[in-house]
Amino acid sequence: MSVLLSVHDLRAYYGQVQALHGLSFDLNEGSMTTLLGANGAGKTTTLRAICNMVRSTGGIQFEGKPLNGKSTENIVRLGIAHVPQGRGTFTTLTVEENLQLGAISRKDTKAISSDIERMYAHFPVLKQRHTQQAGTLSGGEQQMLAVARALMLRPRLMLLDEPSFGLAPLIVRDLFNILGKINREDKVSILVVEQNAQLALEIADKAYVIETGRIVMSGNAKEIANDESVRKSYLGY
Amino acid sequence: MELFINQVLAGIATGAIYACMALAIVMIYQAIDHLNFAQGEMAMFSTFIAWQLMQWGVPYWWAFLLTLIISFAGGIIIERLLFKPLAKAPVLTNVAGFIALFAIVNSVAGLIWDFTIKQFPTPFGSSPFLGSQLISTHQAGMIGVTLGLLVALFLFFRFTRIGLAMRAAAAMPESARLVGINTSWMVALGWGMASAIGAIAGILIAPVVFLEPNMMLGVLLYGFAAAVLGGLTSPLGAVLGGFLVGIFENLVGTYIPGVGNELKLPIALALIVIVLVVKPTGLMGRAVVKRV
Repeated sequence: MSVLLSVHDLRAYYGQVQALHGLSFDLNEGSMTTLLGANGAGKTTTLRAICNMVRSTGGIQFEGKPLNGKSTENIVRLGIAHVPQGRGTFTTLTVEENLQLGAISRKDTKAISSDIERMYAHFPVLKQRHTQQAGTLSGGEQQMLAVARALMLRPRLMLLDEPSFGLAPLIVRDLFNILGKINREDKVSILVVEQNAQLALEIADKAYVIETGRIVMSGNAKEIANDESVRKSYLGY
Repeated sequence: MELFINQVLAGIATGAIYACMALAIVMIYQAIDHLNFAQGEMAMFSTFIAWQLMQWGVPYWWAFLLTLIISFAGGIIIERLLFKPLAKAPVLTNVAGFIALFAIVNSVAGLIWDFTIKQFPTPFGSSPFLGSQLISTHQAGMIGVTLGLLVALFLFFRFTRIGLAMRAAAAMPESARLVGINTSWMVALGWGMASAIGAIAGILIAPVVFLEPNMMLGVLLYGFAAAVLGGLTSPLGAVLGGFLVGIFENLVGTYIPGVGNELKLPIALALIVIVLVVKPTGLMGRAVVKRV
């Protein structure tokens, strides 16, 4: 399996404060990788650094090409869809407009409307609400919309920041099942950041554990889930 | 009764001017969340460019088209040079920038073309419209152009991808960047369009108020009143607000004794204050729906 995203010695800063201290990891093509860790460990910052939304140094390579110095919008255009914390929904626009925006950087405009139909098949609730202002959707529906919007880019890689945040357990389970399906069927590689480690480890194939801006543990998701000492000391369950 | 209809029609005619100006104001407000105090002066400068082109023998509609293109480019250049560096600066810094731009454009126009008033031609003629003494063909043309502009803008924002991208960039810049929109250029595009719309307003107004560097002062205030009345987030509201302010101004001037022409301008300002107190989102402004 080839490496799709490679992060080497990543250091990120908010003003004078250093949030990442030389973080390195690889993400294989077609894999579902998860970054785990407590609050403030640097998970979100890692995703933001990949999309150049925070000042950082170190090497980030996507498909073998460096991302350093590229603007956020140009990184997205390479096929990296980022669903940020808070979902990044365009609350004042309609559901359908949100989906169209997901594909706004694509050149193949003809295929967009059939992709929107595909999203409605994945997420039937979005079809019911397609003319509604996105801000009126429930939290779970908005998270579905955010994932659908990201898929409209036809991304190679999807970055998800705490998709389970603020959702009811049943909805979270639904969402993760859909993510697994997208990963297997649409061949989208996924990097998901989660506090809900148990669930993330169930569907991911590889896991990295971050603590205070460093990778402290990495390996096969099943092995990490079964390693009691790791679970107790880092994942808290 | 006839006086009333007369005044309403005349109000709609002047209202078309305010509507055009309000449209330009709303465009910029949508793009950068600030009111451009120099909008009127930019429109005046564009009108002078059109006038100059015609002095050089360019036919009216060619001059019109060229002026729109020059104004569009000018708006983008002003944004790139002046306001892009201020994008993250506090509101007051931006306000100072707008006022500086106001003074600079006004003085430069005076320097190049001096302060004597100039005649400006109208393509619609000034004979009575459809045999009616109430409004002239120029006024009718003005109303037509304003409404046409509104429809064009509506179609642009509703049905084109670039229009959707501009709306997204205005509503949520960070999310817009995450779907691959170059938000910085969307702002520049907003400036260009606002500047071109201002140019249309200026060219339409100039035959009525005569061309000189201070011609837009009053008009801009009415434009602000119209934009606030209609709701700063709604192009349709801006146009509606423009017509309403025009009618309101005329009726007050006619029916309330002692108002006359001198007090018309304070009335526009009073209108702004009243709307902001009673209904801050304006008539058509969208209150953001949020699930809690």
